[in-house]
Amino acid sequence: MTTILTGGRVIDPSSGRDEILDVAIEDGVVTELAPNIRRSDADSLNVEGCVVSPGFVDMHTHLREPGREDEETIASASAAAAAGGFTAVCAMPNTDPVADNAAIVEKVWALGREAGLVEVIPAGALSKGLRGEKMADIGEMARSVARVRLFTDDGHGVQDSLFVRRVMEYLLAFDGIYAEHCEDAALAAGGQMHEGDRSASLGLRGVPAEAEELMAARDIALAKLTGCPLHLLHISTLGTVELVRRAKADGIAVTAEATPHHFSLTDAYLESFDPNGKVNPPLRAEADRVAIVAGLKDGTIDAIATDHAPHAIEEKDQEFEFAPPGLVGLETALALGITNLVDTGELTLTRLIELMSTAPARLLGLGDQGRIGSGSAANVTVFDPSEGWVVEPAAFNSHGRNTPFAGARLNGKVRHTFFRGVQTVRDGAVTVGARV
Amino acid sequence: MIKHLLSMDQLSKEDITKILDTAASLQQVTSRPIKKLPTLRGRTVCNLFYEASTRTRISFELAAKRLSADVINFSADSKSSVAKGESFKDTAWTLEAMGVDAIIVRHGSSGAPLQLSKWVEASVINAGDGAHEHPTQALLDLFSMREHLKDLEGLHVGIVGDITHSRVARSGVKGLVTMGAEVTLVGPPTLVPPQAEAWGAKISYSLDDVIGDLDICYLLRVQQERQAEQLFPSLREYAANWGLDAKRVARMKPDALVMHPGPMNRGVEIAADVSELPRAIILGQVANGLAVRMSLLYLMLGGSEDEVPAI
Repeated sequence: MTTILTGGRVIDPSSGRDEILDVAIEDGVVTELAPNIRRSDADSLNVEGCVVSPGFVDMHTHLREPGREDEETIASASAAAAAGGFTAVCAMPNTDPVADNAAIVEKVWALGREAGLVEVIPAGALSKGLRGEKMADIGEMARSVARVRLFTDDGHGVQDSLFVRRVMEYLLAFDGIYAEHCEDAALAAGGQMHEGDRSASLGLRGVPAEAEELMAARDIALAKLTGCPLHLLHISTLGTVELVRRAKADGIAVTAEATPHHFSLTDAYLESFDPNGKVNPPLRAEADRVAIVAGLKDGTIDAIATDHAPHAIEEKDQEFEFAPPGLVGLETALALGITNLVDTGELTLTRLIELMSTAPARLLGLGDQGRIGSGSAANVTVFDPSEGWVVEPAAFNSHGRNTPFAGARLNGKVRHTFFRGVQTVRDGAVTVGARV
Repeated sequence: MIKHLLSMDQLSKEDITKILDTAASLQQVTSRPIKKLPTLRGRTVCNLFYEASTRTRISFELAAKRLSADVINFSADSKSSVAKGESFKDTAWTLEAMGVDAIIVRHGSSGAPLQLSKWVEASVINAGDGAHEHPTQALLDLFSMREHLKDLEGLHVGIVGDITHSRVARSGVKGLVTMGAEVTLVGPPTLVPPQAEAWGAKISYSLDDVIGDLDICYLLRVQQERQAEQLFPSLREYAANWGLDAKRVARMKPDALVMHPGPMNRGVEIAADVSELPRAIILGQVANGLAVRMSLLYLMLGGSEDEVPAI
């Protein structure tokens, strides 16, 4: 079975390609890119006016399974990912039980295969139970069928510097990446939002930018000491962007990601006391948002990651102070990137695709993701960059409805997604396995 | 008039003046043998209190009853979450289903009254939310200041104590700045957020530096737990630096006032003898609270502004 995507604008950051071409997909592989491919036996899909891009890769997804299947399952998160144009997601280990051993990461990996809509790549915990005290079964997870490379205690910063050093050293044996949720627990304790003018006037306890920056600075120093590659998750402050910029200039192996909500919103949103805007790290000040955009632009920040974090409706529907942090992001990521980065003139479409696909695929070592060329695996996303739409949480494939973007009018809509040559999304609707 | 009172941000100088003027005429009712007006007959007001506060709840209850409203009281635990007991939203919908006309809400969580106002048709009055706002306290304080010093314009008010955790301070600064007063926030740097300058207030870490210049010294209650959080070394040291004692009172202007929202920690933020001086109008504040709350209920639920009650 051959499918020809006709008349689309093919953008492949890995090769620098940006031209109108037809794309032939056969047996899970892109077999040909050329003007006017004609085959009598092929299905043809007209994608004129659309961009044909490598499928997106999310380095930071909470799929909630095992443990909170009421909030999201690997199947429902996979459907949300496919609908958002993703062909791979990295599953964060803060499940219940925690993914701190081979049995859990293999289970997550297998459930991802079963759902079959995207590649589900389990991340492993750094420490047992995410407690930051005893090493998780790092080698066993790395050597398991899930082949874990990214290790993190996401949700918690690792407080003990000696423990961080030891884990970084140990990871060297397994080609692992140390990924940190930068948060000094004492400075951030009880914090509800970014510490600044707004937290002071709203009477909500703040999390200072320094809670993130202190840990980022420590980790950069320890990455230099140990030689372990360091990835900083969801960086949110001007100071952290500057630390990463400096570390890269110094030749330290550090990478960073930023989320769509941190480049789209500021703490001004919380004047509404809407718990859907409560997230960790918190929405920051405008100067921080501007610094994140600059970091995405100049390469300081390597990847856009969603930090997709579904929560049950009743958990978000309570007092701000009691609501858990987190918001869903898989189905709005592309449109937020186009609306707030490309349409504003900050980034080119090519750079946006690099941040959402090529760079995270390279960071995670995924050979068959992040590029589109003759002979590459057919992980392909087709989107219309100018189609406007209004965010309706009830229409999400994710079981999560918690988004601060409800009702927002955004540009950029995913039309079709192909995962290993199988069309998982057709005309914006998930095709395989139906909606879960 | 506004439908909900959530923050002092909502009130202009004219709004505040109208509320205080109406309170002044309603206050005369409370000195009559029969202290009741029929204005809110048939209306239902609910006191929804997630934090214990006897004085504010009683003040609102009495205010509503003096206007002939039916009053129901609902107390719950502020620490409750969906895991234990009924959620805040379900409680709101329950009250709504019973057809209450106004909900007076006190909650330990900042923003809870604003959230409530999105869930119900009833009018919502913020009776104190977390460290955010306490607008009726600000209004009764403005009323008390005006009663004694006539014009609020140009007054210098020092608010002394734990500004960081104080909803009284936040609403108070907004009301005072709106009315043209000058505000200085005084306390240890651990309890005065530097961002407060954006509210239009000045900041001082020394009560001795400002005491002689104040028309009103407004003291805030110091919670014992702030000491446990290492925000200052001891209550004794707090009292020595930021407490109002007779020595500091001696440096005050002759007609300057001492105010406190209560309940007082005598011997900490205010010396016992100071609390009993004529210039300490603390009990007057309580009495005025009733009139101001009657005024608000009257203006928000009752008649139009043209029909000030026939007294």
